[in-house]
Amino acid sequence: MPISMTEKAASRAKNYLESRGKGMGLKLAVKTTGCSGMAYVLEFVDEASPDDQIFESHGIKILVDPKSLIYIDGTELDFVREGLNEGFQFNNPNVKDSCGCGESFTV
Amino acid sequence: MALLQISEPGKSTMPHEHRRVIGIDLGTTNSLVASVISGSPAILIQDDKSNLLPSVVYYSKNTVQVGNEARDHQSNDAENTISSVKRLIGKTIDDVNQVNFPLNLSDGDGVINIKTSNGMKNPIEVSAEILKMLRTVAENNLGGELMGAVVTVPAYFDDAQRQATKDACQLAGLNILRLINEPTAAAVAYGLDKKSMGQFVVFDLGGGTFDVSILNLSKGLFEVLATHGDANLGGDDFDQAIVNFLNNKYKLNIKDIEVQSMISILAREIKESLSNKKEVEILKEINGKEIKETFTQQQFKALVNDLIEQTLKATKNALNDAKLSTDQIDGVIMVGGSTRMPCIQEAVGNLFKQDLLNDLNPDEVVALGAAIQANILAGNGQEDILLLDVTPLSLGIETMGSIVERIIPRNTTLPIAMAQEFTTYKDGQTAMIIHVVQGERDLVDDCRSLAKFTLKKIPPMVAGAAKIKVTFQVDTDGLLSVSAEETTTNEKASIEVKPSYGLSEDNIKTMLQSSYDLAEEDKISRALAETKVEANQLIELTQKALDADKDLLSDSELTSIKNDLKDLINVLNSSNNDKIKEATKQLNTKSEPFAAKRMDRSIQKALTGKSINKLEF
Repeated sequence: MPISMTEKAASRAKNYLESRGKGMGLKLAVKTTGCSGMAYVLEFVDEASPDDQIFESHGIKILVDPKSLIYIDGTELDFVREGLNEGFQFNNPNVKDSCGCGESFTV
Repeated sequence: MALLQISEPGKSTMPHEHRRVIGIDLGTTNSLVASVISGSPAILIQDDKSNLLPSVVYYSKNTVQVGNEARDHQSNDAENTISSVKRLIGKTIDDVNQVNFPLNLSDGDGVINIKTSNGMKNPIEVSAEILKMLRTVAENNLGGELMGAVVTVPAYFDDAQRQATKDACQLAGLNILRLINEPTAAAVAYGLDKKSMGQFVVFDLGGGTFDVSILNLSKGLFEVLATHGDANLGGDDFDQAIVNFLNNKYKLNIKDIEVQSMISILAREIKESLSNKKEVEILKEINGKEIKETFTQQQFKALVNDLIEQTLKATKNALNDAKLSTDQIDGVIMVGGSTRMPCIQEAVGNLFKQDLLNDLNPDEVVALGAAIQANILAGNGQEDILLLDVTPLSLGIETMGSIVERIIPRNTTLPIAMAQEFTTYKDGQTAMIIHVVQGERDLVDDCRSLAKFTLKKIPPMVAGAAKIKVTFQVDTDGLLSVSAEETTTNEKASIEVKPSYGLSEDNIKTMLQSSYDLAEEDKISRALAETKVEANQLIELTQKALDADKDLLSDSELTSIKNDLKDLINVLNSSNNDKIKEATKQLNTKSEPFAAKRMDRSIQKALTGKSINKLEF
């Protein structure tokens, strides 16, 4: 299943990439840490590594390493607003359980 | 569900360990808070969607209001509505002209007390209320607790004002990452570090302060070459010019606090309208008098021409300090809401004969730059910038004769540590007072006293034998610590120059100017003081020698030396440098043979009873 972004997330990402002035796209990954097992990584990418799988959604390149892909396969990246706070959110179909704040999760 | 921001490659944080940091521009008129979100600096907005928080605090019996809500009380309860508190922070009651504040001010043991319905408040507490509000705004925007903040201060803020600002942050529960100068923050906001090199002017005319800084950029490194300015010149003064005009023309009762407030607000409205209109008509009733007036930009310019000239003069002085001419400047950055005034843009543009860098919102640049700096300090950034600031005035200590020995010169790059060795003045001297002063003048009385402490337990030695190392250290926040150490015994004493709130900061501008104007006079004063120190030393030595070895002299020799000694003592209190010098020389010459005889005697004493081969040469 592909990794994708909502239109809103893509337009935000595009703005951020433009004002940063460099970067080929976004990297989505997981790392093993946190209070409930895994945590998401969302970073700018300046250089792809050879193993990365590259997806494209609304014109934004999304890079995922093969190991992370197992955990986030089918994820849609969204951009949401909660009160004054706004940011990106992983809608990950693989998640079985997450910690109270949702920053870390188990599959 | 926690929301994520995009991090720099490899800089993702662990869950629950976000390094949320903010930049705060704590302004005289308005304050702002900003943060770098997904790599871009942005002003954080308040619940009412506004980005500027008026730096106004209103105290009623049971509540404290900050910002727009507080400002609404300005006209109906001026005594409890505190605005421009930045002008009071770190000062004493003697430093401020109370006429300019529609507040009930009094002295509170070195701090200014402001009487409110909510009890006595000092400027630190009032500033902390503003900071608390900004902190809440930031936490709501960023979704959690903050790791720290970079807060900006005018380049001319002295140690007491910087410390007071830090105290206010602490009181507001903010962890201070660093205080940086406003113009330096502005330069960061304009991304000047991305240029390879150049020399830039930052012209920052805010609500209550004016700073002009000369920055040198090379290889992405900032260095502040010079700063000048006026801690008491800003948009408020331009308002005041209109207030004075209206007051003179309509004879309004400016002593009445409510009336004063109403005219101030009207004046600001006129000024702001003239920033995008050629003329503005007003019709208003104040204190029972009808004010009908048409203001044009030209009229306004005529009212404030002196103020404009002051900013230009300071700019030229800064250029002089940096040893640069206007055609060596690669760009001029306009900062501060008051630079929106067309008359300012025109005057600065004419001075430098170039287009100004003014495309960022002048109210926001400082906060944005502070946010970028905070992001870097938190380790979230793409690259590292090193910011270099300078000492606004020279720092030194008092030496004999009330002469200032400069240890760190003005405009030295921070952080800096400098040491100098001093010695004792009298035989058997066991203590030394270290009097720390700030300023450009040569005599202690003409400089500002920052602190005093005593180094004790110096081992008794002859005058000039003890070695006392005095070290001055100024950290990146511009805070000074001074230590003194007797190097043979390692006996130490030190002091941090902290809240003696309210060093006469008002005088900085005057002090600088007078150091130029009175340079010649200072030279004479210093020479006289030095001569007196020398004369005193000779008097003391001669008296001591007479007490010990007077039998070496014939009666006539003794009388002659005593007469010269008396002559010297008599002229010592005059201010005649030449006479004192002459009398010193006279006594010196006259006592030379006496000194030779004494030397012979002491050598003889040392040699008596020793065989030649036991002597070491």
